Amino acid sequence: MVVVNNLTFKMGGEAGQGVESSGAGFTRAISRAGVYVYGLQDYMSRIRGGHNFFQIRVSDRDIQATESAVHVLLPLDVDTVNEHLHEVVPGGVVIMDAPMKVEDARLTDRGVKPIRLPLTEIAQREGAERGLPATTAKLMMNTASIGVAAGIIELPFEYIEQVIIDNFGGKKGSKIAEANVAVARAAYDESQREFAADFEYKIRPLEAKPRMLLNGNQAIAFGAAAAGCRWISMYPMTPATSISEWLASHSKKLGVVVKQCEDEITAILMAIGAAHSGVRAMTATSGGGFSLMVEAVGLSAMTETPLVIAIAQRGGPSTGLPTRTEQSDLQFVIHASQGEFPRVVLAPGTIEECFLAGQRAFNIAEKYQCPVFILTDMNQSTAVRAIDPERFDFDAAPIDRGELLTNEQLDALTEPYLRHKLTESGISPRALPGHEKAIVLTTSDEHYENGQAVEDPEPRIAQMDKRMRKLDLAAQDIREPLLEGPEQADVTLVGWGTTYGPIHEARVLLEAEGLSVNHLHYHDVWPLPKARTEKVLGSARRAVIVENNYTGQLALVIRMVTGIDIPHKVLKYDGRPFTGDQIAQKVREGVIAHV
Amino acid sequence: MSDAKLFRGEEKPTWCPGCGDFGILASLTQAFVGLDLYPHQVCLVSGIGCGSKLPYYMKANGYDSLHGRALPVATGIKLGNHDLKVIVISGDGDGYGIGGNHFIHTMRRNPDMTHIVENNQVYGLTKGQYSPTSPKGYIGSTSPEGAIEVMTNPIAMAVAGGATFVARAFAGDPKHLTQIIMKAIQHKGYSLLDILQPCVTYNKINTYDWYKERVYKLDAEEGYDPSNYAAAWDRAKEWEERIPIGVIYQEESRPTYEEQVSQLKDGPLYRQSLYQDRELLESVKREFM
Repeated sequence: MVVVNNLTFKMGGEAGQGVESSGAGFTRAISRAGVYVYGLQDYMSRIRGGHNFFQIRVSDRDIQATESAVHVLLPLDVDTVNEHLHEVVPGGVVIMDAPMKVEDARLTDRGVKPIRLPLTEIAQREGAERGLPATTAKLMMNTASIGVAAGIIELPFEYIEQVIIDNFGGKKGSKIAEANVAVARAAYDESQREFAADFEYKIRPLEAKPRMLLNGNQAIAFGAAAAGCRWISMYPMTPATSISEWLASHSKKLGVVVKQCEDEITAILMAIGAAHSGVRAMTATSGGGFSLMVEAVGLSAMTETPLVIAIAQRGGPSTGLPTRTEQSDLQFVIHASQGEFPRVVLAPGTIEECFLAGQRAFNIAEKYQCPVFILTDMNQSTAVRAIDPERFDFDAAPIDRGELLTNEQLDALTEPYLRHKLTESGISPRALPGHEKAIVLTTSDEHYENGQAVEDPEPRIAQMDKRMRKLDLAAQDIREPLLEGPEQADVTLVGWGTTYGPIHEARVLLEAEGLSVNHLHYHDVWPLPKARTEKVLGSARRAVIVENNYTGQLALVIRMVTGIDIPHKVLKYDGRPFTGDQIAQKVREGVIAHV
Repeated sequence: MSDAKLFRGEEKPTWCPGCGDFGILASLTQAFVGLDLYPHQVCLVSGIGCGSKLPYYMKANGYDSLHGRALPVATGIKLGNHDLKVIVISGDGDGYGIGGNHFIHTMRRNPDMTHIVENNQVYGLTKGQYSPTSPKGYIGSTSPEGAIEVMTNPIAMAVAGGATFVARAFAGDPKHLTQIIMKAIQHKGYSLLDILQPCVTYNKINTYDWYKERVYKLDAEEGYDPSNYAAAWDRAKEWEERIPIGVIYQEESRPTYEEQVSQLKDGPLYRQSLYQDRELLESVKREFM
C-alpha cells in the first residue's frame, strides 16, 4: 500500500556538516511541491561537532507540530543512527554513505531497511569533474543524501534542482550550484532505480498556490515591520537573535534602525528612548537577557513609554539550555520589575499568531502606554511551517497610535501640557518632545501630572489608580482563549503559546479514537481573560494543563486569577518540544486510564 | 532671543545650601540662552542622584531615567529625534560607577549630545558612601577603614576611550563653567563635561577651597591645543597638585552616530510614516516562498 504525502524525514550530523542548510533546502523543495511541511531544527550550543538534526514532517493537511515516528533517516554520522534509530518505523529506511560503520542487522532486526550508496564518492567524483577542491567536493555529501531521499519518495527532481540553484544565488551557471545539482541528480537517479520500488511512502506534488515557509521569529519581525516598527535595539541571545537579524537584513527595504548594544540593559533603554521621542520601538531577547532588562520594564511603565519586548524562552535557570525550548518564564514576565503596573503579555501559538502579535503589540503599547511582551520560545523561534500567504493579513490590526496628540492639537493647547494628566480612562494624551506648546517632563520617580517628582500620598494614589485603570482597559484588547473541539468534552486540554501545535495534533489523534476532547489555547496570557476562563474551566469535566515547564505556570496563573485548580498536568522540561503523539499518550495513560 | 526666564522651573531645588548644583543649574540656563535655545528644543535626560534632579528645576523637556542609565535613554531619544539638543545630566556614581559601561560605549558611538557629570566624588543622596571618584582612603559609612580602590580618572578614560570632546569645569567658577558648557553643546559629537562640584555635606576633603587652590584654566595656557592628543593625554593625568579646567581634548572630524545611520537621512525617525508600501510588503511575502 502506498502512503502519499504523509511521512517524516530526519537528517542528523555534526555541526558544520550542513544539516541545517540541507534540511532547510529540502523542506522548501517539498513545500514547493504543494504539500504541507513542518520543519524542526535541533542544534547544540557549539559551532562545530556535537549532534544536530533537522526533522521534516510532510502532510496533506496543515500540520502544527512534528511527530515521533520517522520514516526516512538521513544520518551524516554514526551518532545520528545511535540517537535516532529507535524512532524509525518498520518499513522505514536509513540512507547511509556506503562505508558508514553501522551493522545492517541493527536496522533489519527492527524491520528498517538500510540504503547504502557511495555518497561521498559521488560528491567527490562530480566535484572533481567540475574542478572543485576535494574538501569542498566532499561537503556535498549532504546534497547526495538529499538526492537519495528525493529519489526513493519520487519527488520530481526539478524541485530539488531549483532549491539548489536558489540557495547558491538564484542563477544557473555557478560552478558550485552545478556541482551540487549534478551530485543530487546522480544520487537521485541511482536511488530511484535501485530502491524506490520497495518504498511505500511517496510525495506526489499537488496543485496549490505557493506557500510561505518561515519561523516564528521571522513572522514577529515581519509583523512588527508591517506595523511601522522603525527601531530594534538588541544584544545577541539565542533563540531571539534571528528577529533582529531578519530586521537587519530588511533594514534598508523597510526603513528599520537596528542597533546592537553593549548589553541588554542598553538595548531596552535605547528602545525606551526612541519610543519616548515617538518611534515605534522594540527589543528582543531571551530569559537571561531579559533578567538584565527587568529594571527598565518598570521605567517604561512609570514614564508611560510604549515599548514592545519580544522574549523567546529557552531552558533555564541561568545559562540553562541555550539552544533548547522551555516555557518557564511566564510567571517571571508577568511579575518582572518592582512595584505594580500594567503590562500585556501576548503568547502567539502559531506562526500566523506570531505575525499578528508583531502587529498588535505596537497598537496595544501605544494605546495603553505600557510595556507589551511577545512571549515565545525556542521551538516557536526556529520551527518552520508552510503557510498560505493570505493568512498574513496586513489589515488584521490597522495602525492605532492611541491618544497621541497631533501637531494641530498641540498648536491649539491653551494650558500647560501635563504628560501624566489624570483622566477617567487612565490614559494621558501623549505629546512628543519638540513642540513649543508642550514641554514634556517625565520621571521614574512617582510624579505629579506635570511629571515633577512627588512623595505625597494624594498624588501618589491618584497616579497609581490612573496607571492601573489602564490594565482594566487593556483587557478589551485581549483576545479570549481559543476553544477548539466541542464546547463541552470529557477532556479539556489547556495550553498557551507554542504548545498550540502539539496539543492540536493530540486532539486530532484522540478524537480519531472516538474520545471527546477539546482544547483551550491562550494566545494572550496577561491580563488573563477571566470570564471565558471561568466559563470553560469552571464546567470542564477533566481539565489537563500541558506546558513545557516543571511547575505548570499557566495553571498557577489561572488559579491565582480565578481560583480554579487544574488537577491534571502534562509537563515536560527536557528542553525538547512536545509531539502530538506524546501528549495523546500521556492523556490516555494518566487521565483516561485513572478515571 | 531666548531668555533665562523661559527656563525657570516652578519647583524649588532640594539641594543643600551651598551645593555646587545651584551654580551648574544657573550656568546651564545661561549657556542655553547664550546659544539662543528654547525649552522645547532641549531634552534633559538624567539618571538618579542629587545632580540628576536638575530637570525638575528647569523648564525644558526632561526625562529622569534610572540610576546610571541616562546615556542609553538619551541615545535612543537622539536617534529617534535628532533635531533635539540632548543634554545628559548625571553624577559620578551614576555616570562612572553603575553607568560605567554605558559611558565606555557611548564614547565609541559619538552621538551629538552633551554629557554633564556633576562630580562631587561622593554618593550624596544615599548619605556619604565612597564613589568611583572618591580618593583612595576615603572614609565613609561603608568604608570605615578607608576605601582601598584607587580613584577613577574620567578625563583619562574619555581621552583613551574615543570621546571627541573632553572638558572639565569647576562649579565654583560659574562664568567659566557657562563658557565650557556652551562649547560642549556646540561640539558636534559626544562631549563629556566633568564638573568639579563640591558636596558641602558629605565630602570634607574636596571642598571649594581645596579646588580653588588647585584648578587652573587651560585656555590661559599659552599654546595649548586641544586637538593635540599627546598633549591632552598629559593634562588628563594631572590631579592632586594642579587640576586643569577647560577643553582638554577635541576632535572635530569624526562623524556623529546619527549621521551614520542611513535610515535617518530622510529626516528624524519619529517623523517617518508608519505605513509601509503594500506592494513592498507583498514582495516580502514572496521572499519566503
